[in-house]
Amino acid sequence: MNIHIPTPLRSYTGGLETVSIGGATIHAVFQELTVTYPEVKQHLFTPEGKLRSFVNVYLNDDDIRYLESKEETTVKDSDELTIIPSIAGGTHL
Amino acid sequence: MLRIEYPDYEALRAHGEETYPNECCGVLLGKSIAGEGNHVHQIVRAGNTRTDSAHNRYNIAPHELVKIQRQARGLGLDIVGFYHSHPDHPAQWSPTDFAEAHWLGCSYIITSVEHGKAVLTNSFLLSGTGEDNKKFEDEAIQIDIASAVSDTAAHTQKGPA
Repeated sequence: MNIHIPTPLRSYTGGLETVSIGGATIHAVFQELTVTYPEVKQHLFTPEGKLRSFVNVYLNDDDIRYLESKEETTVKDSDELTIIPSIAGGTHL
Repeated sequence: MLRIEYPDYEALRAHGEETYPNECCGVLLGKSIAGEGNHVHQIVRAGNTRTDSAHNRYNIAPHELVKIQRQARGLGLDIVGFYHSHPDHPAQWSPTDFAEAHWLGCSYIITSVEHGKAVLTNSFLLSGTGEDNKKFEDEAIQIDIASAVSDTAAHTQKGPA
């Protein structure tokens, strides 16, 4: 399946905006992604292996945090994953 | 250095005036040029989901960001930064802006809007290699007026006689 990489992480995927990674579930795809591009791992996951709170991942149009099986959701080659860090801020402390 | 064409620069400042007294926000599409910096080719307005505290907070919905990233891909562009406004507050990044900034290598434009009028616009480059050593650096803004004028002339020439 294709994974779309956000601008800040492309320096760890050889400059690629889209990488093709195989796997039966989102978790398996993540595993393969971080084996193929090891430097991506620390930016996506905490040392405990949890997806960082500010990293959003969409399977096609769905936030994977709201999928019934979350990272164990099965995927097809035609599916797309989009990694998108959050954008927020403001003057309030 | 951040490069942006004058119409886009004016449009993001106008956005801050339109949403006053609330914060506006949007995305900068363009290209990052090695040794030069981020070049903005297009700005995209985004909605502020922080309706509970829109006068001093902003948040862009992730699903809207996904759509904007797809739009950028379709145009052959990348997300190179973001903009937002500070109503009645300086055009400087706040601790909240810094804590919530995660797009390393991207430009964060902030416009101060005082009593409904855009005043100062500054840009800050989020540098570093990760959350542990990220920092905001002051970034000069180069506003390209000549190309905007030449684009206008080109469009004029294409119009009916």
